[in-house]
Amino acid sequence: MSWMSLHRRLERNSGLLIFGILLVSSIGGMVQLLPIVTEESHAHPVVGLVPYSALELEGRDIYIRESCGICHTQQIRPLLAEVKRYGPYSRSGEFAYDRPFLWGSKRTGPDLARIGGRYSDGWHRLHLLDPRSVVPESIMPAYPWLEAHPADRHGSIQARMRTLAKLGHPYTAEEIETAPAALDGRTELDAVIAYLQSMGRSMQGEPQP
Amino acid sequence: MHYEDRIVTAFTYCAMFWALLGMAAGVYVAAELVWPTIDFGMPELAFGRLRTAHTTIVLFGFGVSALIATAFYSVQRTSHVRLFAPGLAWILFWAWQLAIVLGAASILAGWTSGKEYAELEWPFDIAITVAWVIFAVVFFGTIARRKVESIYISNWFYGALIIVVAMLHIVNSLALPATLGKSYSLFAGAQDAVVQWWYGHNAVGFLLTGGFLGMLYYFLPKQAEQPIWSYRLSIVAFWAFVYTYIWAGPHHLHYHAVPEWVQSLGMVMSLILLAPSWATMVNGIMTVSGAAKKLKTDPALKFIVLSLAFYGLATFEGPMLAIKSVNVFSHFTEWTIGHVHSGALGWNALITFGTFYFLVPRLAGAPLYSARLANIHFWLALAGTMLYVLAMWGAGVAQGVLWLSLDEIGEVRFSFNDVMAAMKPYYVLRFLAGLVFLAGAALMAYNLARTFAGRRTVEVAPPAAPAGAPA
Repeated sequence: MSWMSLHRRLERNSGLLIFGILLVSSIGGMVQLLPIVTEESHAHPVVGLVPYSALELEGRDIYIRESCGICHTQQIRPLLAEVKRYGPYSRSGEFAYDRPFLWGSKRTGPDLARIGGRYSDGWHRLHLLDPRSVVPESIMPAYPWLEAHPADRHGSIQARMRTLAKLGHPYTAEEIETAPAALDGRTELDAVIAYLQSMGRSMQGEPQP
Repeated sequence: MHYEDRIVTAFTYCAMFWALLGMAAGVYVAAELVWPTIDFGMPELAFGRLRTAHTTIVLFGFGVSALIATAFYSVQRTSHVRLFAPGLAWILFWAWQLAIVLGAASILAGWTSGKEYAELEWPFDIAITVAWVIFAVVFFGTIARRKVESIYISNWFYGALIIVVAMLHIVNSLALPATLGKSYSLFAGAQDAVVQWWYGHNAVGFLLTGGFLGMLYYFLPKQAEQPIWSYRLSIVAFWAFVYTYIWAGPHHLHYHAVPEWVQSLGMVMSLILLAPSWATMVNGIMTVSGAAKKLKTDPALKFIVLSLAFYGLATFEGPMLAIKSVNVFSHFTEWTIGHVHSGALGWNALITFGTFYFLVPRLAGAPLYSARLANIHFWLALAGTMLYVLAMWGAGVAQGVLWLSLDEIGEVRFSFNDVMAAMKPYYVLRFLAGLVFLAGAALMAYNLARTFAGRRTVEVAPPAAPAGAPA
C-alpha cells in the first residue's frame, strides 16, 4: 500500500516525525484560536464597564490567591433556570478587564457573576470570617487572615496597575499615583468585599433577557 | 554498553513519592468538603490552595515523573542505544523535582496564575520550559542515534507529548510579570478562556492520554508477550488522535460567552475523537487477548488491562459530556470531577501502577517482594475508583437536574443551598473512596520499597561463603 510506504519514510526519520506532529497538531488551534484572539470585538468592553479600582483589583488578586474560582463560577449561561437564579446571562464584553478570566469549571458554591449589591458589606464580612454564622449549611472555608492582613501587604499595587496599563487597561497616571493612598488603612477583607460588590456592576439596570 | 537505568529508578522513586503526597492532599480536600473546619484557619490548608496543590502534584509530580521514567526506559530499549546525554538527563531530574517542591510550596503560599492546571507562576513557567527542552533533547537525541531502522510507536506518542505540551504550555503561559510572584495573562476575558481550554483540554489530551498511550504501547506488549495486534491501526489511530484532540477544547465553554461556532466545532470534534480513542483501545484489548492465561496470574498485567477498560470508559464518557444537551446538565457539577477521576485514577494511575510492578523488579534485579500484596492493591484500586466515580455520578446528576428544575410557574424549584446540603452523603462516599485508593497506593509503595531493598541484600552478601554453601 502506498500510504504505508509513505509512512515508512516518516517513521524512519525523526526530524520528519517531529515536523509531522507539529504540523498536524497545530491545525485545530490555528483555526479556533487565531480568529478569536485577533478579533477585537471579543475584547471590547460592554458600555459602562470600567477597570477595577485599586481596592477592587487588590481584592480580585486575593480572590485568585485563595483560588476562590475553584468552587465559584463567574459565568451565567443563557438558560432560563440560571437567569432566574443568578440574573442576566454573561456577555463576553463584561470580562474585557479580567486577566486571567475567572469563569471557573465547577460550582461547589454558587455563581458570583452578579453577586455585587446582592448582600451588604456587613453580611460579606460575617460570611468571609465565619461562613456558617450566616449560612448554616455552608462548607466554605473561613478566611480569618483576611482581616488580620493590611491590603497590599507587599506594596505592589502600583506595579500591578502599571502592568495592566501596559496590557491596555485604561488607568490614568493619577489613579496609579493615588492607589497606595486608596488602600491605606484598609484590610484584605475590605478589598475582597469591594471586589465582590463590583461583580456584575456594568450590567446593572439591564432589562432581563 | 549498558542502558542508563539509574535515572529511570530515580524518576520512579519520585513518581511514587508524589503519588502518595498528591493523593493524600486529594483525600484531605475531599474531607474538607465534609468537615469544612479541618483547615484549622490555616491559609495553606484552606480548600482552594490545597486543592490546587493536589492537582499540581499529581499531574506534574506523579504523572510527568512516571512518564519521563517510562519514556527513558523504553526509548533506550526500542532504539538499542544508551540514553543520549545522561548528564543532561540528571539535570532534568533535579530541575523537575525542585520545580515541583518549590512550585507546590509557592501554591500553598498563594502564588497562582489562576488558570486551571497551569497555576504555577511565571518563574516556574520559565523553569518548566527549560526543563522540557532538556527532556526533548535527551529523548529525540536518543532516537536520532538509534540502531533500529523504524521509530517504535510508543516513541511517537512520547514525542507528541513533548512537542504538543511545549506548544500548549508556552502559549497559555504568555503573561506580563508585575512582581516575582504575580503576572497578568496576555489575553483577557473570553479570549483568555478560549486559550486556557485549548491548553487545559489538550494537557489532558497529550499528557494524560497521549503520554500514557506511549506507556501502553511499550509496556502492554512487553507484559503480554504479544506483538501489537495491528500496526496499521496504530498508525491511523495515532495521526487521527494528534489531529482531532486539539479541536475538542471548546466543549469546556458550552453556553459560555464565546462564539457559538467554536462551541459547536468543539462538540463535533469531541464526538469524532471517540474513533481514534477506541481504535487504540481495541488494539490494546486484541493484543492482550493472546495472553489470557498470563492475565490470571500476573498482577502487573491485570492493572494494565483494567486501565485499558477505564480508558475506554473515560474516552466514551468525554464525547458524551461534550454534547451540548448533555453538557447543560453535567457542566459545573461533580460529574466533571467523576469523569476526570475515572480517567486519572482508573486510567493514568492504574497503568502506571501496572507498569511499575513490571519495571521495579527489573530495575532492582530482584523479584517483586509480594505478588499477594499487589493483588490486594488491585482490588483496593478497583474498589476505590468505582466508588469514587459512582459517588460523583450520583452527585453530579442530582446537581444537574435539581439546579435546572423549574416549578409550575417557571421559578427555580430548589435553592442552591438545599442542593449543596444534599451533597454531603456523596462527599462522604468520595472521601472514603479516595482513602481506599490511597491505601492501595501506600501498599504498593511498601511493596516496591521492599523489592528495591531485596537488591541491596543481594549486593551485600558475604563474599567469603565457601563454595557449595546455600546462598
